Amino acid sequence: MLKYVAKRLGLALLTVFVVTTAIFFMTNILPGDPATRILGNLAEPENVAKLRKDLGLDRPLLAQYWTWLSNTLQGDLGNSIQHRVPVVDYILPAIGLSLRLAAIAFLLTVPLSIIGGITAGVMRGKPVDRVITVGGLSAAVVPEFVWAVLLVLIVGVRLKWLPTSAYPGPDEGLLTYVYHLILPSIALVLVLFGYISRIARAGVIEAFDSDYVRTATLKGLPRRKVVNKHVLRNALLPSIAVIASQVPYLIGGLVAVERVFNYPGFGTILIKAVQYRDYPVLQSSVLIVAVVIVLAQLIADILFAVLNPRIRQGIER
Amino acid sequence: MTQASALRAAAVLERKRIRKERFAQLRRNPAFILGALLLGMWLIAALFGNFLTRFEPGGVDVLNVNKRPSDEFWFGTDNIGRDVYSRVVAGTRPIIFMAFSATAIGTLFGTTLGLLTGYMKGRFDVIVMRILDAISALPVIVIALLALAALEGQSEVITVLIIGFVFTPIIARTVRAAVLYEAELDYVAAAKLRTEKMPHILFVEILPNVLPPIIVEFTIRLGYAVFAIATLSFLGVGVELGSPNWGSQVAENYSGIFGNLWWATVFPAGAIATLAIGINLIADSIMEAFEI
Amino acid sequence: MSTPTLELRDLRVTYTVRGIDRDVLRGISFAIKPGESYGLVGESGCGKSTAAYASMRYLPRNGQIVSGQVLFEGRDMTSVSDAEIREMRRSAIGMVYQNPIAALNPTIRIGEQVAESFTMLGHGSKEALELAEEALKRVQIADPKRVMRRYPHQLSGGMAQRVVIAMALASNPRLLILDEPTTGLDATVEAEVLDLVRGLIKDSGTSILFISHNLGVIRSMCDRVGVLYAGALVEEGETETILQNPNHPYTVGLMRCIPRGGLHKRLAHLDTIPGTPPPLGSELPGCVFVDRCAIAQDVCRTTPPPLVDLRNGHFSRCHFNEQAVNLPRTVGSAPLQQKTDSSHSKELLTIAHLSKTFSQDDQEVRVLTDVTMSLARGETLGLVGESGSGKTTLAKTLLGIFEPDEGSIVTLEGRQLGKGIADRTAHEVGSVQIVFQNPDSALNRRHSVTRIVARAVEKLAGKPKRESEDRAQELLNSMSVDPVLHSARPAQLSGGLKQRVAIARSFAGSPKLVVCDEPTSALDVSVQANILNLLADLQANENVSYVFISHDLGVVRYLSDRIAVMYLGRIMELGAAEEVFNGPHHPYTEALVSSVPAIDGSPRARIRLGGEVPSPASPPTGCVLNPRCPRMAASGLAHKCTSEEPELREVSPGHFMRCHIPVEQLRTMQG
Repeated sequence: MLKYVAKRLGLALLTVFVVTTAIFFMTNILPGDPATRILGNLAEPENVAKLRKDLGLDRPLLAQYWTWLSNTLQGDLGNSIQHRVPVVDYILPAIGLSLRLAAIAFLLTVPLSIIGGITAGVMRGKPVDRVITVGGLSAAVVPEFVWAVLLVLIVGVRLKWLPTSAYPGPDEGLLTYVYHLILPSIALVLVLFGYISRIARAGVIEAFDSDYVRTATLKGLPRRKVVNKHVLRNALLPSIAVIASQVPYLIGGLVAVERVFNYPGFGTILIKAVQYRDYPVLQSSVLIVAVVIVLAQLIADILFAVLNPRIRQGIER
Repeated sequence: MTQASALRAAAVLERKRIRKERFAQLRRNPAFILGALLLGMWLIAALFGNFLTRFEPGGVDVLNVNKRPSDEFWFGTDNIGRDVYSRVVAGTRPIIFMAFSATAIGTLFGTTLGLLTGYMKGRFDVIVMRILDAISALPVIVIALLALAALEGQSEVITVLIIGFVFTPIIARTVRAAVLYEAELDYVAAAKLRTEKMPHILFVEILPNVLPPIIVEFTIRLGYAVFAIATLSFLGVGVELGSPNWGSQVAENYSGIFGNLWWATVFPAGAIATLAIGINLIADSIMEAFEI
Repeated sequence: MSTPTLELRDLRVTYTVRGIDRDVLRGISFAIKPGESYGLVGESGCGKSTAAYASMRYLPRNGQIVSGQVLFEGRDMTSVSDAEIREMRRSAIGMVYQNPIAALNPTIRIGEQVAESFTMLGHGSKEALELAEEALKRVQIADPKRVMRRYPHQLSGGMAQRVVIAMALASNPRLLILDEPTTGLDATVEAEVLDLVRGLIKDSGTSILFISHNLGVIRSMCDRVGVLYAGALVEEGETETILQNPNHPYTVGLMRCIPRGGLHKRLAHLDTIPGTPPPLGSELPGCVFVDRCAIAQDVCRTTPPPLVDLRNGHFSRCHFNEQAVNLPRTVGSAPLQQKTDSSHSKELLTIAHLSKTFSQDDQEVRVLTDVTMSLARGETLGLVGESGSGKTTLAKTLLGIFEPDEGSIVTLEGRQLGKGIADRTAHEVGSVQIVFQNPDSALNRRHSVTRIVARAVEKLAGKPKRESEDRAQELLNSMSVDPVLHSARPAQLSGGLKQRVAIARSFAGSPKLVVCDEPTSALDVSVQANILNLLADLQANENVSYVFISHDLGVVRYLSDRIAVMYLGRIMELGAAEEVFNGPHHPYTEALVSSVPAIDGSPRARIRLGGEVPSPASPPTGCVLNPRCPRMAASGLAHKCTSEEPELREVSPGHFMRCHIPVEQLRTMQG
């Protein structure tokens, strides 16, 4: 088992390394000089040259890469070009805000979509099933920002059920924060629900059609016991992988939803960094995103192996 | 013998009937009908948009700012007096064209990579899959933001290329899984046993058998391409400023909803939703009818 | 007379497929007395499994009982409440399934799954575990404690089936339903499982409903048998009566299709039943068998035949049952005319010291060890052995799909063959071809029949496209594939026709040697006979040689001139077919032959192989058979057998064995 975890961890590190290298070269090799772009096309050449020197852009590319990599490994993500402060100080609070929103969305999505998927699978072919599957998947293909503006309009402005601002300001209690974040989380939940519930449903149906559930039924077990003991465990295994695979979509959704609600989170910082060509911020943000996603995948892989005897035993042998 | 051959001919008819029954089932499916209506409506708007509108999509009318929907302005006017209906209709063509091109690019490269990795296995497979994993370790939106920041300008072509690039690993993985299964079947061994070369085995023998999942994946990705393009244009990247994009229209007007000026936001937002849902309903009912 | 344990009365079941209800059981009736074992036999799609599951009121989502009754001890299962059904399943009826590994929950340990059958009966969980261990002992699992800790995927098929049987018998049921319980298991394992069930049921008063397509298995297990065809019960009676004196044209035809006894291709063709069973849910207003019946008359088309009582519980559903015994043969019984001399003097293929090693997880696994043999022109070599013995690997190595280890030599017509396909010329590749087991996998489902064959002609015979197509049509016609079907896709053909297309393809390059890898195991017996006749005819006309792999010893015996018996990648015995079957046998062959339940003749004493096939990754030292050998202990050679691997030596001209025990001693031991 340890060997398996080590192997997965190695692969995860490799992925992060490939991603970071790709980011670095993408922002540096592609046409266009960052210094010119930061200062604009009409800037004085000597100012551009000075900025290039300040940013270290006059050094060979591989040397720049090495500096960047070693600094990053030591936790030094550089300084924001726009704000002239260390990137870490600038993006950490924003990440905290985004994490709150993501956590609420995730905590709502996972149980809802698993229960929805199980219900649909158990009620296969009935109207409830159609509503959950067709409705869920239709909701999932509508972008988060569309849901966000529609929710603000209907639930916030028209019905006045929930606040339309996502951030109540500093120095508020935790409950107030959560209360303000409900509307934006729903926009995220609507998109994530469809995929996860569909996989849960497919798992339930596959288990129901399996020979071992037939065995359990013909043993004379009551249906409730058949479902609890024989269907659910096998059915929910695939959902773990899918939940982890939704993390990138959740992060993508954050960017759009934060924009609608003008929420000063990580997504907002990312958009600003793009607009101002604030490369250190951009590179660091993407690096953090990659780490979070790879970590989620790693946890899912290990969890899956722990819960699935076939894989677990395969590893142990 | 004649009786036997009549029986066999009947078997041929039987198979044709099954196919017919499947299409009949598809046409009876309400989800498919709704999807076809929605997509059909937007395709008409994309093809014949010029004949369906009275105003220039970019035409500013300072005397008619923030007008409610009326006989003159069916969907009302926006905050600088442009006709929302004309702009929604004009926004159809770019999003459909971009989504289709991006998905086609992703499908083309994804299918080729999937065929190669699934068939060759071994070291080639491991390396390629690792790279593809790295690409999909980042959200589409983030990759697009990064690339559009690194490249000059706000070009639609670049957006299409980036989305196609991001779709490639997803489609490659689907195709690879199907190919792994097919490559184990004996018809592939039979092809080797008549000295066929790899391109023939990949494209003539295996490809036709993995088309159904590719078609479904294409349709699903098409829906998600609409999703991604709309989101990027809402965020103000990937499309030219001021062009009648649905996402930009929402971005330019959504602050109005806090003051109950809903139409300039709701119509383009609804357009995005109905197009994506229409494509998705069709993909879903095809999968159901053909048991893919 | 006592109430039957199970009685089906005029039961009709339909399946809804694409919105249309289709008949699966067309009103079948039979009764099983307490303590009786009843067999339902028939080809695939005849509805025998549906009858079994309908007996427990368990049908697929699209299935429904339309009319009729299922009486369990006089109570109608079709009308009782769900709770009552559950109670009957729990305490009175047990079931054993076709695919035992899939029938067990993959994420729950065996012990817990077996114990569940006891907790349901009201035992506490600790007590249930003890009872589970007892139950596993009863089904002769040597180390129940260890098995209880395992998961299903860690068990062999035979072991998993024992576990399922233990669960089915937990409640001492009054009815045990077995649905093809040994299909897919090796003959040796099959025999063990059947022995076990017979032993456990003996004197318990439990009734049995046994579903099988295999008449030999039915004969070894059942007192009475019902023959199902297209959802109708066409004949019923005592098992011996049905097998010896069948009285329905279908049963008569079926018995003639089966290669058995001393039947051999050089003596006679097999008889066949023309045509194929009607598709699911066809309208059949008259007799269900009419389209394939040689004695059918107009009345058979319009009026369902009556049930004719032939006394002693023998019934036949036929208008002309008295003519059935004299059913005319479909295929002439004239022996095959070999075009060339049948002396097999000319050698075609020689294999010398052929080995094949796979590396798996940094481990070397030797799947074939030192295979040496030869094959003459026009000769058939049968390859038999349990699964995992290396038969298919040997075949694939001959074809060049796998490359043999260094030092292996394979020559065809005196010229050494390249190791892999890429090392062989098109002519050489065309000279060694294969007919695969499963035509669904072997034929590209997106290509037309003509295209499949024509492309092979184009590549292997080196003909231009136009000519290839003509030649393909010609080949297909000679395999009796109707021209109407040449443009069809494989999915539009029946199983037998698909296999004919596959055979046509393998003959595209005028092969010298065709490997037949279980070519009929996916087919029903009536179709199998057609394919075996075709293969025999092709051989006689083309003077082609076959390597014929099959688990069905009857089929191998019918078609083979010589037979090689394989175990753990080694040839254990090699000789003329009659010698190998009549003995003296290698101890392994002896066990293999004795495990096949015979359809006729008196059953012979079973020679058992202990334990399970060892992994080729760690073969036993000495003779690889020694841990399981049925003759080693009595031979007095145990020390030699466990320390020294025997050579394959010639015990009489042309008859080889890999055994330390002298052949004379074997002859005495085997009586």
